[in-house]
Amino acid sequence: MMLHMEGVHAHYGHIHALRGIDVEVQVGEIVTLIGANGAGKSTLMMSLFGKPGASRGRIVFDGEDITRVPSHLISRRGIAIVPEGRRIFQRMTVLENLLMGTAFADPANFNADIKRVYAMFPILEERAAQRAGTLSGGEQQMLAIGRALMSRPKLLLLDEPSLGLAPIYIKRIFQIIRELNTEHGMTVLLVEQNAHHALRVAHRGYVLQHGEIVLAGTGQELLASPEVRAAYLEGGH
Amino acid sequence: MSAVIIARHARTPAERFKDAAWVAFVALLLGIPMVGLTTVDEGGALTVQTRFGMLAIFVGVSFAGRFIFRWIMDQVRGRRAAKSAVAKADRTPLAIRVIGWAVLGASVALPIMFSENRYVIDTATTVLIYVMLGWGLNVVVGLAGLLDLGYVAFYAVGAYTYALLFSHFGWTFWEALPVAGAMAATFGILLGYPILRLRGDYLAIVTLGFGEIIRVILVNWTELSNGPNGIGSIPRPTLFGLPFERNPAEGTQSFATFFGLDFSGMHRIIFLYYLILVLALLTNVFVSRLRKLPVGRAWEALREDEIACKAMGMNVTNVKLSAFAIGAMLGGFAGVFFAARQGFISPESFTFTESATILAIVVLGGMGSQLGVVLAALVLVLLPELGRNFSEYRMLMFGTAMVLIMVWKPSGLLASREPTIRLNKAAATGGEA
Ligand SMILES: Nc1ncnc2c1ncn2[C@@H]1O[C@H](COP(=O)(O)OP(=O)(O)O)[C@@H](O)[C@H]1O
Ligand SMILES: [Mg+2]
Repeated sequence: MMLHMEGVHAHYGHIHALRGIDVEVQVGEIVTLIGANGAGKSTLMMSLFGKPGASRGRIVFDGEDITRVPSHLISRRGIAIVPEGRRIFQRMTVLENLLMGTAFADPANFNADIKRVYAMFPILEERAAQRAGTLSGGEQQMLAIGRALMSRPKLLLLDEPSLGLAPIYIKRIFQIIRELNTEHGMTVLLVEQNAHHALRVAHRGYVLQHGEIVLAGTGQELLASPEVRAAYLEGGH
Repeated sequence: MSAVIIARHARTPAERFKDAAWVAFVALLLGIPMVGLTTVDEGGALTVQTRFGMLAIFVGVSFAGRFIFRWIMDQVRGRRAAKSAVAKADRTPLAIRVIGWAVLGASVALPIMFSENRYVIDTATTVLIYVMLGWGLNVVVGLAGLLDLGYVAFYAVGAYTYALLFSHFGWTFWEALPVAGAMAATFGILLGYPILRLRGDYLAIVTLGFGEIIRVILVNWTELSNGPNGIGSIPRPTLFGLPFERNPAEGTQSFATFFGLDFSGMHRIIFLYYLILVLALLTNVFVSRLRKLPVGRAWEALREDEIACKAMGMNVTNVKLSAFAIGAMLGGFAGVFFAARQGFISPESFTFTESATILAIVVLGGMGSQLGVVLAALVLVLLPELGRNFSEYRMLMFGTAMVLIMVWKPSGLLASREPTIRLNKAAATGGEA
């Protein structure tokens, strides 16, 4: 198993943001986490990095307990995140952004890694010397994904990658997620409000509500479930 | 100006020689009235004297400078041509490079042109102190994005470290310089630790407080710092052990006797000018190098987005502390120079106004731009000087100019940013063997 969260609780001061989360991700899976705004999806992802730390429960990654590992050491173990809102380094060039993804990696791999990322996103190669902040939203998202891939992660976390993108880019982003999984064997944990797309691309999914998992199943099961349909699909997303 | 070769192809050495010769010729024409002839006050009557030696140096420097400049430009251009991956966008415009070299050339030539004008060289020395301080603070504010309103504290630590090391142990400028830098860096880390979690306004307030605390300690801890009376008779730096004195101690050489020159007070002034020029240039090279190393890129990434940095596995604590320490160290070096130049320091020299001026230089210059700092330092030091004639309107002029610059160029005089890495397209896509 790649990732196992057992009864994880997390707090922001007095706010009890995660209330006993149990989530599993198997090697080679795409797992999605859907839920309304404020349900705790981003908190769940950041708790893997100890921001906020788990106040109760255990997080096991790749067979090792990482519950108390300092945040800056997490990515070294093979977890990379594409954070909510992309958070690229606006004033730095595309190439510098990609380089930042390898902050701790072996520089010998740099050329091979960047080749891989450029092959996946040719636009990044074209724009290598351009300021990242001048890219379009969709291109910035690709850059954020490319940057995460530069560290050769075993598990890729994506926090609402389709947020705020034009429909054509939304399609492309989900295509990329599927390609990463099928062609590169990447394990993905995907957070989305766009439940329809997310459940179609995912093998399995969880529904999060007020810091608790209220439903779990395969992508198909959740797509067909009346609760999910009522709350997340017919609502218009 | 067709004689000055603007060929697009790579220049041959002969072309470069010819190009430089033309520039030297122009320098000669300009130099005869500016450098070659000088007026001397002889018994109340002005007489014109020739200074052909000085003129020859001036022309020689122009020739060599142009030759080297062209050669470097060709190297840069040649290397660029090889790197096809570099897109046109966001490359430092040629104009900025040219201005940079022109400013450097002018600062090297300045004491030659104004060798008798103490006021000009003194003012230029002050400008260079602020340039160096601006480059130091630029690491913290411009690169790492940490708003520091108490930078003068490190300047003070450097100055007092030298003053105290001299008055207690008789250390010389050159012995005290590295120690004072290390001392200032230590203070940078001491300040950095408690404020690691602060950002923006809160960070600014605490650093402001730190700057004031250091000053208040210097005022009140009389046993250490001699309080408001300050510390005096701090020795001037020597040139490889040669002091700039009229009457060197028995059996020793001074600069003037060693080189067989008549003693002149200007020697020391010019030496101090070149010394701060070298210190400032070293600062520039050092910071430019750091920028291209992982630590420098980490500073800039931190300025852009701290959360993303953490997620990328960056140890944000160390990155911040390194920025504080290096910025502080550079401020400390400038402080040692300041103490040596003034010969006397007191807490009066290290008030908040100084921090504000240095910060204004960084912000007006365009956060993170090295050349921008130079231009801003020129504006901020020269403007009040020029305004001396309008003494009561001086600060008004100063303020108006700052407001105008911020209206006209909200992101500073030079907001362009030089990328820290370029990659050969061939290398990335498999052309590299
Ligand atoms: N930094 C924070 N400080 C305090 N409360 C927070 C913080 N981040 C999120 N929260 C709260 O935690 C809950 C979950 O937020 P979040 O994980 O961002 O939800 P989602 O990503 O599902 O939209 C919300 O109630 C939100 O207000
Ligand atoms: Mg969220």
